[in-house]
Amino acid sequence: MTIFLLCFLLFMIGLYGVILQRNLIKIILSLAIMEYSVYMFLIVIGYVRGGNVPIISKFYEHGPFVDPLPQALVLTAIVIGLATKALLLSVAIRLYKYYGTFDIRTIHDLKG
Amino acid sequence: MSEQHGLTIIVKKVCQFIVPPLFLFGIYITVYGHLSPGGGFTGGVIMASAFIFQILAEGSYLDKLRKDKKNLELAESASIFGLLVLSVLGLILGGAAIFFRNFLPAGKLGDILSSGFIPIGNLIIGIEVCASITLIYVALLIFKDEETQ
Amino acid sequence: MDIYLITMLLLMIVGSLYTLHAKDLMSAIISLGIVGFAVVISFLLLSAPDLAIVQVVVEIITLTITIAVITTVTYELEKKKIRISLAFYAATILMFAAVFYVIMMRLTNSLTPFGQHFLRMADTYIKAAYECGSANLVTGIILHFRAYDTLGEATVLVTAVLGVVTILRLHGKKKEN
Repeated sequence: MTIFLLCFLLFMIGLYGVILQRNLIKIILSLAIMEYSVYMFLIVIGYVRGGNVPIISKFYEHGPFVDPLPQALVLTAIVIGLATKALLLSVAIRLYKYYGTFDIRTIHDLKG
Repeated sequence: MSEQHGLTIIVKKVCQFIVPPLFLFGIYITVYGHLSPGGGFTGGVIMASAFIFQILAEGSYLDKLRKDKKNLELAESASIFGLLVLSVLGLILGGAAIFFRNFLPAGKLGDILSSGFIPIGNLIIGIEVCASITLIYVALLIFKDEETQ
Repeated sequence: MDIYLITMLLLMIVGSLYTLHAKDLMSAIISLGIVGFAVVISFLLLSAPDLAIVQVVVEIITLTITIAVITTVTYELEKKKIRISLAFYAATILMFAAVFYVIMMRLTNSLTPFGQHFLRMADTYIKAAYECGSANLVTGIILHFRAYDTLGEATVLVTAVLGVVTILRLHGKKKEN
């Protein structure tokens, strides 16, 4: 049970970073921390004690496997997360070229 | 800029040794995706990392990067079109008219040519993921080079 | 096994706390690498080798792209500090602790304990693996049983990369007259 709580604590740390940080790049890094906590939580839920890697081979035909369904979902999510971070970083670099700073308070104040 | 012409000679030599086996490793993981851990996404990102290492170590020129960007866009669009063609073929040729149905025979477990169109799907997705991630990096490099000229 | 996972999670928490409070932007990006590689070791402990390979390579590519973005511009943080009142910090921490406590009460009632997962949906997929023909169950799920989700994922990837290429284009295309 402590493992689920530690995953949720990591999520809360990422959320604290998204809300309270001033630098745009640090907000993107906090979003990445939230994504890592969600991946960990999904895989930890699907773990079976005594279960093995979900690959059928001639040494291990049937028997308890760990749950392959959350692994398929997280596999997709990891690659989509990379594309999302690249898109956020390209928007951030455009904002820097226009405003000259990464500070979100300054970006909010200047009327363009 | 000085980093347009790559890194030091040691890194260039290591790049010559590492990049071809790395790319071959990516193809191996993509093709054996249905027998061992791997598949389209895994092999695609490994191939993309081989390309990114090559660009970083050897340096890049702006007009060559622009030609590469056109080729990468073509490869990415062609592979996503191939995935759509595969899914519509499943609609036409499969027995029960289900979208994206596996219409090739599932052979013996453990062969390479088994499990329907999963090897073809893995190859198409591998090319698509590799082209996408390399295109992100090349677009970033073109942006960096263009605005310093 | 439990103690190793708890150690990895504590390492992730320490790394993420340092990421948020680093003085330099380059240090913050490198400490994100701590969190990413601890996730890789946790995936290997939880019997998911496919995910470990993807996470290692994607983590390295993410760090490379982030550092390439940062070195176009500066990586020093702003020197002037803006004062935030102590009451605001205390109220935020109290609210976070309250949310954490409420979720803890709910979790201890409704989740099954760690390691005693009952495979409700994946049982059908494991039993039908011989008809699908794929020895790797995860590949069989993403390309045979749930191929529609893979099509959606490929579409999202292409759309995101299309967005990156369009945003980073300095000169628009001219129409030929």
